[in-house]
Amino acid sequence: MRVALFVTCLVDLMRPRIGFAAIELLEAAGCEVVVPEKQTCCGQPAYNSGDRASAAMLAKKTIAEFEPFDYLVAPSGSCADQIRTEYPGLLADDPEWHGRAVALASRVHELTDFLVSVAKIEKIPGAFEGSVTYHDSCAGLRSLGIKDQPRALLARMPGVELKEMTGADECCGFGGTFAVKFGDISTAIAAKKCDNVVATGADAVVAGDLGCLLNIEGKLRRMGDEKTKVLHIAEILAGDA
Amino acid sequence: MEIRSMRFKANASAKLADAGLQRNLRKAKGKFVDTRAVAIKEIDDFEGTRRAARDLRDRVLKDLDLWLERFETQATARGATVLWARDGAEICRHVVDIARRHGVKKATKSKSMLSEEAGLNQALAAAGVEPVETDLGEYILQINDNEPPSHIIAPVMHKNVEQVADLFAKTHHKPRKTDIPQLTREAREVLRSHFLTADMGISGGNFLVAETGSVALVTNEGNGRMVTTLPKVHVVITGIEKVIPTLEDLSLLMRLLPRSATGQSISNYFSVLTGVKQPDESDGPEHLYFVLVDNGRADVVGSEYHEMLRCIRCGACMNHCPVYQSIGGHAYGWVYPGPMGSILTPLYAGIENAVDLPNAATLCGQCSAVCPVLIPLPELMRKLREEQVERKLRPLAERLALKAWAWVANRPALYALGTWFAVRYLKWLAGGGDRIRVLAAAPEWTAGRDFPAPQGKTFRELYRQRQP
Ligand code: SF4
Repeated sequence: MRVALFVTCLVDLMRPRIGFAAIELLEAAGCEVVVPEKQTCCGQPAYNSGDRASAAMLAKKTIAEFEPFDYLVAPSGSCADQIRTEYPGLLADDPEWHGRAVALASRVHELTDFLVSVAKIEKIPGAFEGSVTYHDSCAGLRSLGIKDQPRALLARMPGVELKEMTGADECCGFGGTFAVKFGDISTAIAAKKCDNVVATGADAVVAGDLGCLLNIEGKLRRMGDEKTKVLHIAEILAGDA
Repeated sequence: MEIRSMRFKANASAKLADAGLQRNLRKAKGKFVDTRAVAIKEIDDFEGTRRAARDLRDRVLKDLDLWLERFETQATARGATVLWARDGAEICRHVVDIARRHGVKKATKSKSMLSEEAGLNQALAAAGVEPVETDLGEYILQINDNEPPSHIIAPVMHKNVEQVADLFAKTHHKPRKTDIPQLTREAREVLRSHFLTADMGISGGNFLVAETGSVALVTNEGNGRMVTTLPKVHVVITGIEKVIPTLEDLSLLMRLLPRSATGQSISNYFSVLTGVKQPDESDGPEHLYFVLVDNGRADVVGSEYHEMLRCIRCGACMNHCPVYQSIGGHAYGWVYPGPMGSILTPLYAGIENAVDLPNAATLCGQCSAVCPVLIPLPELMRKLREEQVERKLRPLAERLALKAWAWVANRPALYALGTWFAVRYLKWLAGGGDRIRVLAAAPEWTAGRDFPAPQGKTFRELYRQRQP
């Protein structure tokens, strides 16, 4: 099967290694991976800021680039949810584009969900020695139902010990533009998340969305925690961590 | 009630800095979240029950006028008078008129959010009627110089026992005590004389039952019973959206309301009040009035925000909201806080009077995940954001920045160039380290957090380099 990787704008800019880890995992699961080179952003920042016209423009661009492939896979529950759940409604007024959005939607997956449910990966390529705690990112968890998939994958790594934190399913306070518009509320929420992370004593906090990870890492370091690693699930699974 | 929602941001910052409040909020959070989680397990098919409740509320709201007429007919047949109020001022006018008609000097009140919407206490006082709040929380607020509530079912959630002890000692001129049962007893002694001397009782209403013309009241303190049965006049003030067709429907919603609100299987008191006192009955009011209030609700019927009218005021959305948990209810600046307030305030008090509220959310979805009537709260907040953009209520710089960014993101070559520069600029800011301490482009981020440094090159560049 031909899988098109939606890199996400944050991974492109901040952590390319997550994109390469995702490619490695998809290939390990037997997929042919294509990276459509004109891709940019799914348009979620515009959509959530109320700029529907801009969001629709970027939605059409993304659909056109990814519809030729069997699947679209993103190392982000948030972006996958935008494309899978929100695009059809966003383009509802335009019958042609609505149809194309719907046709793509069912083939859109968050990375761990795809590895477990569709590609059924057998051997996890990476190795990690130590304890990790997993933060459930909001859109992935509550909209796409991503909860067991990353944990199932981690459970298959012999060196990994999972230490669940209190409130793993609670928001980290990122919220996209919320983090820069309401910085002090966002920071206060992040502080609670980081307290819960640190309380587990885990060597690393792991999540499936880079937005949350940047928020958590930024707050951990400002709080003076230098030792907790902050990793994307793809980095652990692919062994690049 | 005066709208202070435009000062949300400054007020929220002050609440974050209030150490006492932060302690109180942390305590309250555990209580509501944990007890609800346990209570909903008692329902075999919780999801199915939620869907049934959603469908029921939608069915009523579709034909709201018909159900209200039926309610009016039934209530009138049982001796009640049904009055309609377009806004807060009309609520006050009706209630003051009723008070005058019956020569009322003192009115006891059980909780009514509509009376908060209307600022009724001030209007009553101005008309020479003494209003006495009898819900313990509301009473505490009233004696604290009419402080507004910070939660729809736990109005003094922001206070701790020490603060209440100080307030009681000051107001009641009795020795200060911090034992909660003793404090409650002291309040009860004060309130008892009011119950016995009031000429009028004012209550809210959780539901109006159309088939019987009844009002259902869900309370935990028993004050509701005193207010609605002792005085000769009882006035119910509630929103027009609270009507439901049958008692059977009431039982469906009652399976969800107390469990979602306080984690109780059933509230301590649950009253269904129908009609005026009959000759063979020993208690109840001689005169019963319903003031059914629009105050913005009718405009929401059939609008793109119509799902909001399903709300049964359980408070679960705020109890589970990371923003509410961090700042409490006062910062929201009007009657309703938390996620439901971030939608109701702009809808009822004007979108231009509460511009921050729909934006002050991470859209984490926890509110809609717990809402007993499946209101898609984040979706409604997003729609309000769209309306703000359409009506140019967002700052020009923000609107232009979004447009410019999207314009670039729609042009891959330009976008690649832009990110090429951006990533190098960020890397330079980090000065060889792994973090940026001050980011001029996002000062609110770096005020309380570091901004992690980028890896150094974009994925796009590195991927191209890898291609043979
Ligand atoms: S919006 Fe839903 S969760 Fe919030 S108070 Fe209303 S019914 Fe309860």
